[in-house]
Amino acid sequence: MLMFKNKLFTFLLTLSLSIFSQAEVISVEKFHNQAFPESELRWQTLWLNQDLRIKAEKLLGHSFKELRVRYFGQNKRTAWILDEIGKELPITIGVVIENNQIIDVVILEFRESRGGEVAYPFFTKQFNNLNLFINEEDYKLSHDIDGISGATLSVRAVKRVAMLALLFHQQTNFSQSSSQ
Amino acid sequence: MFKQTLLAAAVTTASVSIYATPTSEDMWQKIQEQQTEIKALTTQLNETEIKISAAADAIENNVSAGSKLAAWAEKTTVGGYGEMHYNNLDNQLDGGKDDKDELDLHRFVLFFGHQFTDDVRFYSELEVEHSISGEGQVGEVEVEQAFVEWDYSETQSAKAGTFLMPVGILNETHEPDTFYGVERNSVEKNIIPATWWEGGVSLSGEIAEGLSYDAALTSGLYLEDGKYKIRDGRQKAGEAKADDFSYTARIKYTGIQGLELAATLQYQEDILQGETHSSGATNIDGVLLETHLTYQTGPFALRALYASWNLDKALSATKTGADEQKGWYIEPSFKATEKVGVFARYGAWDNQASDSADSEITQLDLGVNYWLADSVVLKADYQNQTVPKGQDEFDGINLGVGWSY
Repeated sequence: MLMFKNKLFTFLLTLSLSIFSQAEVISVEKFHNQAFPESELRWQTLWLNQDLRIKAEKLLGHSFKELRVRYFGQNKRTAWILDEIGKELPITIGVVIENNQIIDVVILEFRESRGGEVAYPFFTKQFNNLNLFINEEDYKLSHDIDGISGATLSVRAVKRVAMLALLFHQQTNFSQSSSQ
Repeated sequence: MFKQTLLAAAVTTASVSIYATPTSEDMWQKIQEQQTEIKALTTQLNETEIKISAAADAIENNVSAGSKLAAWAEKTTVGGYGEMHYNNLDNQLDGGKDDKDELDLHRFVLFFGHQFTDDVRFYSELEVEHSISGEGQVGEVEVEQAFVEWDYSETQSAKAGTFLMPVGILNETHEPDTFYGVERNSVEKNIIPATWWEGGVSLSGEIAEGLSYDAALTSGLYLEDGKYKIRDGRQKAGEAKADDFSYTARIKYTGIQGLELAATLQYQEDILQGETHSSGATNIDGVLLETHLTYQTGPFALRALYASWNLDKALSATKTGADEQKGWYIEPSFKATEKVGVFARYGAWDNQASDSADSEITQLDLGVNYWLADSVVLKADYQNQTVPKGQDEFDGINLGVGWSY
């Protein structure tokens, strides 16, 4: 019994020593400041009509109940913060778009116990410069995204949000100026 | 004539008085009035926007605001997976077990989770194996996972309950659409032994970017008298003997795109849980070492795994060579299109590896996955075993359909 207690103590000590890292959850303000340096935080609103809702639901593969989506916009750039469930909990994902192309994807908060690798730059930078292909109501990114072993559902969630942000961007005035 | 001229003069005078240029004071007054009106309209517009937003908030939140059941449902998640298999395997051993020609709803699984607070959640996995369970039936109902998880910091969490052991490739992630082959691979099944869950407590978290750890204190394995295969030691957290515990630590690196490198070390205090086999074997402690690699680049992927158990030599009294049990496999694959992937796997395992007798089984698998949708898959493969002389050797084809949601 004494030996067991010694082992248990060593075990718990090892565990407590291993806990020394504190990763940051990226705030909305920080995300905004990265997307629009030195500009005032001001929300824009995109209202969803029936047609846009149908497209969003087709793209996501599930219902989208929100009546409107808030976002940031300036000149030809928009930034979106959207939640999407990977396996069971929502991942909060930020997408910055300019000229109908993604220029940044940021995971603001990852809540699930597995699949957190989608927050790493090696994964998110794959989205840079991608745009949205629409082929007979089938939505695709303009390039394949390499997956992550053991994080399949989280990877799919980030891909869906990236496409949704591109679709939403196209509905804003900030996109119309970029298309000219 | 005079009358006409007079009339024209009167009309002209009246027109001039009606359209006379306003004075600057008139203009200023009009501007002021319009300004006031614009302000009023702007205020009205803003108020309308606020009302619309409030209405939208109310509509969007209506479900949770209006119903306690709906609020509960919003915090509760349901998912699941399942797989049905058809095996057509011929036993190459004359006089051995029957050929395996069967159709089996191998697994039907439901996930239930509930988020109590932002930091505290519950997760569970309820599984029916082989479709039907009960007295004399072939299947089982199992609770593979039922734990409470607490995020005590941004990157660290603790678990208590029954959970999957942090070891191997398939043990924790085994939805059928995530791996190749109809059946789970034999090496992880017979050596790790997947699927493996225990009751206890664990800590998990990130040490640095791409580097994470798991550490667990759990119930241990238990081999009844005469049993020696590590897979037979799973107690499945059902009135599990807890005279002796197990200690597990895993380190995992996922800091490079497509790469996962992991190693698990586990110490079992006594897999006989204080009992003595009729062979005289007693007090069998053991160490599991498992390490694996997965790598994916473009359409190419590779999985490789090695696992070995080193148990107290006394277990050899129950079965010769059983104090060492080990296995490995390597599995390259190629996803030709988004929907079609092919693979090859070669693996070997041995549950009596410490003696010189030939007891190793090898298996070659070749097959294809066809994804009907992201998480719905059809599978087909061919397996060819090589076994020690006098043992059952199953070769043939497997077909399957799997789904998760």
